[in-house]
Amino acid sequence: MKAYLTRRYWFSASHRLHSDSLTESQNRDTYGKCNNPHGHGHNYALEVTVSGPVSAQTGMICDLVELDGFVTREVIERFGHENLNLLDDFRGLVPTTENLCEVAYRRLESFPKAKLEQVRIEETMLNSFAYAGGREPLA
Amino acid sequence: MVYLTRKAEFSASHYYHSDALSPEENRRLFGKCNNPNGHGHNYTLEVTVKGKVDGTTGFVIDLKELKETMNREVLDLLDHRFLNKEIAEFAKQVPTTENLAIYVWQRLAPKFKVAKLHRVRVYETVDLFVDYYGEA
Repeated sequence: MKAYLTRRYWFSASHRLHSDSLTESQNRDTYGKCNNPHGHGHNYALEVTVSGPVSAQTGMICDLVELDGFVTREVIERFGHENLNLLDDFRGLVPTTENLCEVAYRRLESFPKAKLEQVRIEETMLNSFAYAGGREPLA
Repeated sequence: MVYLTRKAEFSASHYYHSDALSPEENRRLFGKCNNPNGHGHNYTLEVTVKGKVDGTTGFVIDLKELKETMNREVLDLLDHRFLNKEIAEFAKQVPTTENLAIYVWQRLAPKFKVAKLHRVRVYETVDLFVDYYGEA
């Protein structure tokens, strides 16, 4: 029987929203306070959803320790306490939470023990973003 | 189609052990969760039903009926119990959050007449939950 498991993680990072294809004034108009050249930070909550058949032997979709290790290595340790703008993942890409979702999805897609369904990120308590590899997000 | 979700909480203890595995394999796979004396969680259950809004009542489902069904079929059985020892299904199956979500689905799905069960979500902790949509 196919079930979906969601695990929630946290990381803190800084960023600045600024696009090289816009003028200085267009950047200020588009991004407002988020365009501050010195950057600012968030405590991001990352929700990773994987799916798969529930093993009759273990009762699990996948070993949680393996999922935690994979997500920690691929996302939490890479983005946690970093300036996102300076990372290779965001070269030529504005580190909005939309783009962060897609980048995290691509990094996690190769998890070998279950199928990645969705990445959902809360930037603050008031806004969140979900990317399901182009499919409709889970409801 | 409108979706309605009702939450509930129950507290229960369990441990993870599979008879199909050796004691060493059980310890390696399940770690601390393999302690046969058990440990507990405050589970949060979310039950989502879907259906058309009734023209007369404005309801997808009578909330009182949903609440009573959840109490009778799930919460009265699981709350303050040791799942492995007191729930027959979990004498054979490991009481993981995955299997709990499937168990709740199987008990609730046949009980709704007008609305249909859409999703069962079981939170083991705030950082871990399982969804089951009745898929084979």
